[in-house]
Amino acid sequence: MSTELYIAQQIINAVSLGSLYALVAIGLSMIFGILRMTNFAHGDMMMVGAFGTLVLQFMNLGFGWAVLGGIGIGALAGVVVERVAYRPVRGAPEVTLLLTSLAVTYILENLGILIFTSSAQNFPLPEWMDSAFQLFDGQITFTQINLMTVALTAVALGALGWFVTRTDIGLGMRAAAEDMGAANLVGLDVNRLIVVAFAIASGFAGLAGILWAAQAGVVEPHMGFTPLLKAFVAAIIGGFGSIAGALIGGYLLGALEVFIVAFLPSEISPYRDAIVFILLIGFLLFRPNGLLKRSQEVKL
Amino acid sequence: MSGMQRLIVVVAGIALLGLFSFSAPAMMNDYFVRILTVMCINAMLVVSMGLANGFTGVFSLGHVGFVGVGAYVSGVLSLSASAKASYLPDLPAWIAGLHLSFLSSTIVAGLVCVVLAFLVGAPLMRLSGHFVSVATLGFLIIVNVVLINADDYTRGARTFTGVPLQTTFPWAMGWLLLALVVLARIVYSPKGRAWRAVREDTIAAQAIGIDVLPTRLSAFVIGAFFAGAGGSLYGHYLGSFSPAGFYFAYTFSLISMLVIGGMQSMTGAVVGVIIVSILSELLRNLERGFDLGVVAVPPLYGASQIVLGIIFILIMIFRPSGVMGDLELSFGRIAALLHKGRKE
Repeated sequence: MSTELYIAQQIINAVSLGSLYALVAIGLSMIFGILRMTNFAHGDMMMVGAFGTLVLQFMNLGFGWAVLGGIGIGALAGVVVERVAYRPVRGAPEVTLLLTSLAVTYILENLGILIFTSSAQNFPLPEWMDSAFQLFDGQITFTQINLMTVALTAVALGALGWFVTRTDIGLGMRAAAEDMGAANLVGLDVNRLIVVAFAIASGFAGLAGILWAAQAGVVEPHMGFTPLLKAFVAAIIGGFGSIAGALIGGYLLGALEVFIVAFLPSEISPYRDAIVFILLIGFLLFRPNGLLKRSQEVKL
Repeated sequence: MSGMQRLIVVVAGIALLGLFSFSAPAMMNDYFVRILTVMCINAMLVVSMGLANGFTGVFSLGHVGFVGVGAYVSGVLSLSASAKASYLPDLPAWIAGLHLSFLSSTIVAGLVCVVLAFLVGAPLMRLSGHFVSVATLGFLIIVNVVLINADDYTRGARTFTGVPLQTTFPWAMGWLLLALVVLARIVYSPKGRAWRAVREDTIAAQAIGIDVLPTRLSAFVIGAFFAGAGGSLYGHYLGSFSPAGFYFAYTFSLISMLVIGGMQSMTGAVVGVIIVSILSELLRNLERGFDLGVVAVPPLYGASQIVLGIIFILIMIFRPSGVMGDLELSFGRIAALLHKGRKE
């Protein structure tokens, strides 16, 4: 097998994984940007979206509709959580917000266990999605799901880019992320902006969850936990609070993870997650504002 | 109350609890003794977690990482030579030859965590707010990955077994009392006041000459000692455990105890352990399903955690400083209450 093709294959894998991380990280970063909140429950919207799709499929809805419905259910769950749990503690110290979101995670995952049991459920795919493409005599392989992941991510990101630069609500969201008090002063309805931000962020997470489940073939209540932690890393690499940063961070992290496994000796690759989180700690210490911004804040 | 009287009360209290812990197995059935033992271990872990998280304002999510390290270190050290040969054949010779008693392996576990906490804390204690929480969560994950991959020492993701079951109720109670006495002495000393000053306002604390980094680090490191020792107790209570036991679920359960009780008070930490333990024990029994004669409630696995999570959120909304706030059950307060009662 030629080296170029091997590298090309790894790049395909990296883009596919990076898309998922980017989808989750963008929502995380959006919510952090506006509310200064590290939302641990964000990963569970992946689980909600994937289970939503599963249930809709059982109700004999076509796959496409089930996916759209799943995204919608994810978005709705995000809005409900914001209303019920996060709004009452808004403005509280950072740690209170963080702990509240931890409790929400705990509740959602156990709700998942209560309804669907803790064992993994099969995630059925329509036949046309379950195929793989092979190029160069099978030296490069990618699945229909890889392709869908990248395409849907691109569509979602394009729509988000249009939304935050061309619509009033999108512009308002960016204003609120800069300075919520000032946004309030100039007459923006901050509550509404926050609801929209949660809907978009959770919808993105729901989409990521559906794609994740499609790749893994299964859904289970804890599925959002690891991707959430990775999304934290991605968001912090790019500069926590910045949408573009989360996008870049997501793809960088995807590439890093794939390359660690592909190119490092097999004694090191099981430590992939440890390396990733050492990187996270390194960033927090030396570039707390991420790759894109110069650090200015005093941290102590 | 004079100093002498206080000392007498403290000694009498400890003697009473000691007597209770030794006679408990004779008075109660096994089930209650086990619950009380776990409560003592958890109380020690939660109180030590409160040092950094509550008193110093550095909310660490990595405490359970130290608990896990403590459990594995003491487990490896106190495994008998034959058990080591069969379970961990790849251990380096110098460790394979070591066989420590329960007490000394527990102390070693604590000291290993002190060193680790120093190495980890020295950089991380520079961070504040959610950054330190996310970074210490990173530490927890790194510990988990290392425990799973260091097969030669930990059997990897498989169950680590054969640890002698030596954590009896008196041992757990003894360690808890030691932790409470030592930590109360520190928390209510000038050192502890510096911790709280750093929590309330880092800039003001610096202005009166408190060095923030060493102050935070001291709380983190002292907390880690008792986390490691508590991990050893937990390991010698369970006998067999795996890295998954020292991960997110346990972290959340300890945090909920700390937060519900009140993290700015040692009494709060203990109260939180009591509340959450009793509650989850009751709920766990309900969760299995019960029959009221008229209606049968089916088993609802996960329901007890959901109730706990909802209580947690209600506390965050309505009483964010927990049940106790920053109040301690102290001699002064008891005396004041008694005095007030006499007046009325």
